[in-house]
Amino acid sequence: MADYGQIDSVTIAPELPARAPEPVAERGESLFARHVSEFMRAPGAVGGLVVLVALVLTAVFAPWIAPQNPYDLSQLDIMDNVLKPGEKLGSGITAWLGTDDQGRDMLSAIIYGLRISLAVGASSVLIACAIGASIGVLAAYAGGRVESVVMRIVDLQLSFPAILVALVLLAVFGRGVDKVVLALVIVQWAYYARTVRGSALVEKRREYIEAARCLALPKPRVVFRHLLPNCLPPLIVVATVQVGHAIALESTLSFLGVGVPVTEPSLGMLIAHGYNYLLSGKYWISTFPGVALVIAIVAINLVGDRLRDVLNPRLAR
Amino acid sequence: MLVYLIRRIGQSLLVVAVMATLVFLAMYAVGDPVDILASPDADEFERRAIAQRLGLDRPLWEQFGIFVWNALHGDLGRSFVYNVPAVDVILQRLPATLELALAGLVFSILIGIPLGVLAGLKPNSLIGRSVMSGSILGFSLPNFWIGLMLILLFAVELRWLPAGGRGPTTSVLGLHFALFTWDGLKHLLLPALTLALYKSALVIRIAQAGTREVMLQDYIRFARAKGLSSRRIVLVHVLKNILIPVVTVLGLELGSMIAFAVVTETVFAYPGMGKLLIDSINRLDRPIIVAYLMLTVVIFVIINLIVDLLYAAIDPRVRLSEAKG
Repeated sequence: MADYGQIDSVTIAPELPARAPEPVAERGESLFARHVSEFMRAPGAVGGLVVLVALVLTAVFAPWIAPQNPYDLSQLDIMDNVLKPGEKLGSGITAWLGTDDQGRDMLSAIIYGLRISLAVGASSVLIACAIGASIGVLAAYAGGRVESVVMRIVDLQLSFPAILVALVLLAVFGRGVDKVVLALVIVQWAYYARTVRGSALVEKRREYIEAARCLALPKPRVVFRHLLPNCLPPLIVVATVQVGHAIALESTLSFLGVGVPVTEPSLGMLIAHGYNYLLSGKYWISTFPGVALVIAIVAINLVGDRLRDVLNPRLAR
Repeated sequence: MLVYLIRRIGQSLLVVAVMATLVFLAMYAVGDPVDILASPDADEFERRAIAQRLGLDRPLWEQFGIFVWNALHGDLGRSFVYNVPAVDVILQRLPATLELALAGLVFSILIGIPLGVLAGLKPNSLIGRSVMSGSILGFSLPNFWIGLMLILLFAVELRWLPAGGRGPTTSVLGLHFALFTWDGLKHLLLPALTLALYKSALVIRIAQAGTREVMLQDYIRFARAKGLSSRRIVLVHVLKNILIPVVTVLGLELGSMIAFAVVTETVFAYPGMGKLLIDSINRLDRPIIVAYLMLTVVIFVIINLIVDLLYAAIDPRVRLSEAKG
């Protein structure tokens, strides 16, 4: 299993493309607008972004989009179980992606599963990012013994594969969406701490930080209002890519049976569910949730890769 | 160097000690194994007898003391389920996992190096670009699903390969290996391929970057000027130079291969250490989980220690900065 998140940013860093000379920013054009127009120049990334937005909207508006509420037992009919893709349910709806052993329309199950997968991925990244970035920037600003102790802990944690740490944590915590998020936060915070600390070490020697200190601004204000915002670009890139890793990690944990509970199945859970039917040739229960998972992860990676190029200070300035 | 060595070994021991404490406390929180072992209609007396036999009725600190004392003697408890020493159960499964991990390593080299070199020689061609995009997929795709799809294709539809399990084993030096029979190899193929996917992507990245770098070197230009065939240049001069980083990284990744094997073994119902861990988590077989974790921690700490020592031996700056604290 790919150890999502153990990817060394050096080895995965895309080749720097031979690019045309940077167009001189027009007067008044904001940095943000320039980044947006930069981003738009890569068709693959724009495609990824479109797919991603579509997936997020589908997940958010699932109750209105899905043909069926797959967890409303009154809508399920056991006579519809394990229908092939394209067959009609008893209620007249066509199950384009087939049904599972409970007579659940797979398309609806996938849309609801996507909801849980995306929510777990995004929320774990947001929380881990907030915690990791705060620890990283404080460590870099404090320096000395505090910094070396914190970074030792980060190194120690990153030397163990994320999948194994998360597996053990969940074995201890038990099942549940909140527990999966907690486990993912614990395995991820160290990446953000390391990323932020790296850029904070550079930024803290800049004059504006010295100026802020000379103004005798309170320490938290210097760290969080002046230092942290200037460390954000690399953090945004890491966080975007990590959403993909978090989703993949969550699906793996759910597949192993230690992730989300049966009542709130994510895509990984749906795949695990179809595992038993795979060997008898009933491929659709495992295959289609996996396809949805792959599309989501690839879209996130396309966007993340492009952001890396756009926000890379070595290329931009 | 000696000072560095002692410091570094001391740190490693500290890590093992901290991990042992964490693992013990975590397992204590997992749940009461008596619930699993006692029959549902067991009365309070029978339950207490089981707890007493397993030493679970003593206070926490005493259990921890016994755990540490026994662990120092190489005894990590008896499996609740198999009723034999946990270490024995794991060591019995170790050859299967090692076999899988090594086969995975071989595959990732066989897939990664040719593709990586190809992409490195022609970075802007269609092939080069598709190989590099493919390697991003290898990094990001959920591996267990790829395993399922391989089963679907090769075992269910084409019926070429078995869907899971481990083939017949032959005994070599008292250990059981499946490598030496045709049927065993057939069972190993799909799991090893699945396990290799992520590492292949990594090898492709390193080999591609390495090839691009090496191709610009003077000795390649010299070899060309000497009139060597491009075949010989690639196979001898390029390959030799990119192998060093590839081997370094793969050596580092061997430990994580063993961790990944947890997932691959579950997908293919392969009777290795990883499957044992998952089964033990489901059965609350604490001693096995503890023994597996301690073994993994020790393996990782040893790998990290060796790597750090090698770096320090090669680069004196590392040990100097360390000595300053």
